[in-house]
Amino acid sequence: MRDRDLELYVHIPFCARKCAYCDFLSAPADEETRKAYVRALAAEIRGKKEEYKEYRVSTVFVGGGTPSILDGDDTARIFASLYESFRIRDNAEITMEVNPGTVTVEKLAAWKKAGINRLSIGLQSADDRELRLLGRIHTYKDFLETYEQARRAGFQNINIDLISAIPGQTLQSWETTLAKTADLEPQHISAYSLIVEEGTPFYDRYGQKENEESSGLLKRKQTEAWPPLPNEDEERWIYKRTKSFLEERGYHQYEISNYARPGYECRHNLGYWDRKEYLGLGLGASSLVNNRRFHNTADMDKYMKAFRTERSDTDIDKNIDKNIDKDIYEDVEELSLQDCMEEFMFLGLRKTDGISRTDFSDAFHSDINEIYGSQLKKLEKEGLLFLKDDRILLTERGTDVSNMVFVEFMF
Amino acid sequence: MSVIDQKKIRNFCIIAHIDHGKSTLADRIIEMTGLLTSREMQSQVLDNMDLERERGITIKAQAVRTIYKADDGEEYMFNLIDTPGHVDFNYEVSRSLAACDGAILVVDAAQGVEAQTLANVYLALDHDLDVMPVINKIDLPSADPERVKEEIEDVIGIDAEDAPLISAKTGQNVHEVLEQIVKKIPAPEGDPEAPLKALIFDSVYDSYKGVIVFCRIKEGTVKKGTPMLMMATGAQADVVEVGTFGAGQFIPCDELSAGMVGYITASLKNVHETRVGDTITNAERPCDEPLPGYKKVNPMVYCGMYPSDGAKYPDLRDALEKLQLNDAALQFEPETSAALGFGFRCGFLGLLHLEIIQERLEREYGLDLVTTAPSVIYKVHKTNGEIMDLTNPTNMPDPSEIEYMEEPMVKAEIMVTSEYIGAIMDLCQERRGIYQGMEYIEEKRAVLHYHLPLNEIIYDFFDALKSRSRGYASFDYEMLGYQRSELVKLDILINKEEVDALSFIVFEGSAYERGRKMCEKLKAEIPRQLFEIPIQAAIGSKIIARETVKAMRKDVLAKCYGGDISRKKKLLEKQKEGKKRMRQVGNVEIPQKAFMSVLKLDDD
Repeated sequence: MRDRDLELYVHIPFCARKCAYCDFLSAPADEETRKAYVRALAAEIRGKKEEYKEYRVSTVFVGGGTPSILDGDDTARIFASLYESFRIRDNAEITMEVNPGTVTVEKLAAWKKAGINRLSIGLQSADDRELRLLGRIHTYKDFLETYEQARRAGFQNINIDLISAIPGQTLQSWETTLAKTADLEPQHISAYSLIVEEGTPFYDRYGQKENEESSGLLKRKQTEAWPPLPNEDEERWIYKRTKSFLEERGYHQYEISNYARPGYECRHNLGYWDRKEYLGLGLGASSLVNNRRFHNTADMDKYMKAFRTERSDTDIDKNIDKNIDKDIYEDVEELSLQDCMEEFMFLGLRKTDGISRTDFSDAFHSDINEIYGSQLKKLEKEGLLFLKDDRILLTERGTDVSNMVFVEFMF
Repeated sequence: MSVIDQKKIRNFCIIAHIDHGKSTLADRIIEMTGLLTSREMQSQVLDNMDLERERGITIKAQAVRTIYKADDGEEYMFNLIDTPGHVDFNYEVSRSLAACDGAILVVDAAQGVEAQTLANVYLALDHDLDVMPVINKIDLPSADPERVKEEIEDVIGIDAEDAPLISAKTGQNVHEVLEQIVKKIPAPEGDPEAPLKALIFDSVYDSYKGVIVFCRIKEGTVKKGTPMLMMATGAQADVVEVGTFGAGQFIPCDELSAGMVGYITASLKNVHETRVGDTITNAERPCDEPLPGYKKVNPMVYCGMYPSDGAKYPDLRDALEKLQLNDAALQFEPETSAALGFGFRCGFLGLLHLEIIQERLEREYGLDLVTTAPSVIYKVHKTNGEIMDLTNPTNMPDPSEIEYMEEPMVKAEIMVTSEYIGAIMDLCQERRGIYQGMEYIEEKRAVLHYHLPLNEIIYDFFDALKSRSRGYASFDYEMLGYQRSELVKLDILINKEEVDALSFIVFEGSAYERGRKMCEKLKAEIPRQLFEIPIQAAIGSKIIARETVKAMRKDVLAKCYGGDISRKKKLLEKQKEGKKRMRQVGNVEIPQKAFMSVLKLDDD
């Protein structure tokens, strides 16, 4: 039997300070908490050994939070348990998320030794004023230093994360950020449009329009400290400029928000859009295994309790009880055939080269026209999709209103 | 209690202004008479229509029988009969009152007598009920029971000297209310041996038992096997079961005799055969004449009701038929709309009645509805001499065929504290009111008299009244008749297509304002779509207002982090749900609630 591919996502829910736009599961924590978490995480990882022995791991992504906040030993400990518990392919893509201001030469050496071969560095903006507004802990100069250190340490595959449509951002300041980024010639650039998420300081400022209007005085104050968000037209301009700018510099778009030099597309992320199986490890991490979606508890106490050990690492294995481990799974969802088809469409269409009719019929044993014929026809007529041989792709307009397109494929 | 001494029965209702504590007092009485323990006690028993009880029968709890052991050592049977508290339901109040011998008048110790309180008390006095005042909410810091007592005596003219000062919320002094029910409310009269004469004051439909009739026995006795005759509808059937009302439960008994309140089932399957207000008699030994309870009530307000899902049309018809069973005022007939498909034009007593029916259809029958703007009945005098009753704006004849039109007027009484008189007069002015006079009922409170067009008060007059008086104004009205008026039909065009379900009839002088507000409202309600959508208001071929819903520029969720697909999917599912609640008109999707948006044109 052919080995099944598996992607691993490892979540590190710690950061130096919460950014103003961030709604991810992450918070500052003291060193003791971090160490305890790493012990629990290692225990969780080891508990998976038996269940996933038939799989070969093709990608690993350590995300956060700010995983680079961990010291070299902790990272090494996590990877030791990963190598011990999973069969990781030699050519696996192993990514670590990194934030400027948390990286040292020692850490870089430890990561290299742990087998990490791709870094994803959070720059977000090359404009210090924008960085301050976002609540980032670093300046552009700090980033440059981190980037140079990483290159010197021998990392050849680097992604730079950017955020567009920051309050106060202009097309010009965004082009400067793009230029400064492209000048560094990273292999990959992610450029996400800012989304104002509930529960963030940004939401308090920009979330509800009514509040904004509530008091003239307040509004004036806001415009000084909190410049306005780019409007929709400006945001779309920025988005379109990103594409053309990066294409001129040799980066092609392969997903709504991702650009790469040929051959450097992020395999891990593509796996999500291609509905590959992945296992999430750590607090709140999401998984798709055997057509089941589930995620680990986001409750730190519960997570720590499930994998608690006061003793040394070697004893942990004995304490692992599969039932405990099941207890931390939440929102377990068995995907029906229809669920899978919906996902195939709305995940696959995010990719610039869209979806393949053949892939659809291979996966579901029915022709895509039988299932979605009328929707495809309608969306093509509206100029949101175009059909090209075996492939179905979003048009530029379709990308702008992709949610409206995806909704059509929901049952 | 198998054989009941007539002298130990007390049939009464509670009348009150909305929010003065009727339901809470009813709960306390039920609780303190001991048929329900505190633990069993569900809050607001009388108001809760979702109570599913024995044998899965859903009871609209219009009456409750409880047993009270009084301080004199005797046990009394209390029949507490619920009355709707709103002006729309004058008729329903009236037939509930007809089943009672006395009424408890609940007055809020802080707010005092309100216009509705007056209206209901007069209704009760019309039915020769003994009215027993109770002053509630004495636990409020702003309570002023002495002032309220004086007000009851001055304004209503009933003795309030011994009125119990209570807090229904905490139960304080409710015992005194129970004792006064025994002492002040008269026992029923009536001869159990006389020919049967029973008043239907409510009814429910049950799929096992058929129609369940709630009645007050005025004369005679009814038991299993009695051949009964409904005197107004002429329907006949043999009685299958009789019984009394527990708290939310039907308790069968051997017979119901004069003075008692209870239910009768007779496997009547046709919901049209029993009408609230009708008199039941014994077909073999009928009484001479029916009770005066029954009169046909005519709806005042009409609107279209459509199932969101066209396939549910038969379900909507069934549900309306069942509701009509215990709601003589509800009328409906099929109609078709280009925008909304098959539905019904329904007639109601007023806007609150409409809202209640709508809510019951949605909650009890699980129907998802689209309701069009309510309309009153206009009289159209055509050039050919015909007079037509217009209940649906779509049917308005061409202006060239219209000689003139008339609209219904009401006589309104508004009770308000002196500082808000100006604001309320402004409101009445805006609504085309004609001032009739004002009188002070006490130093700081006055009654304003106005004549108003009914179509100016069916939308949101009550809300406007409350907001402009900080809740201190109260309002009551009665029909006055028709008056000639300059009226036009306002059409709404969405993406250049006329949407029939959005047309309405409006006073010519208000048409521009209404049209403009309607367009603004629809702009806010209609989500942006792939293309630009013009919204226009027109009278005939003349466009009088326009707004534009801009095309959707961007609807993207860029970030999809750490494989958290479920969250993204939930967002798409939510968006899909929203889409399902849309109506496709031409190629524009219109949210169903937009069809109701004319209701709230004046809330700014």
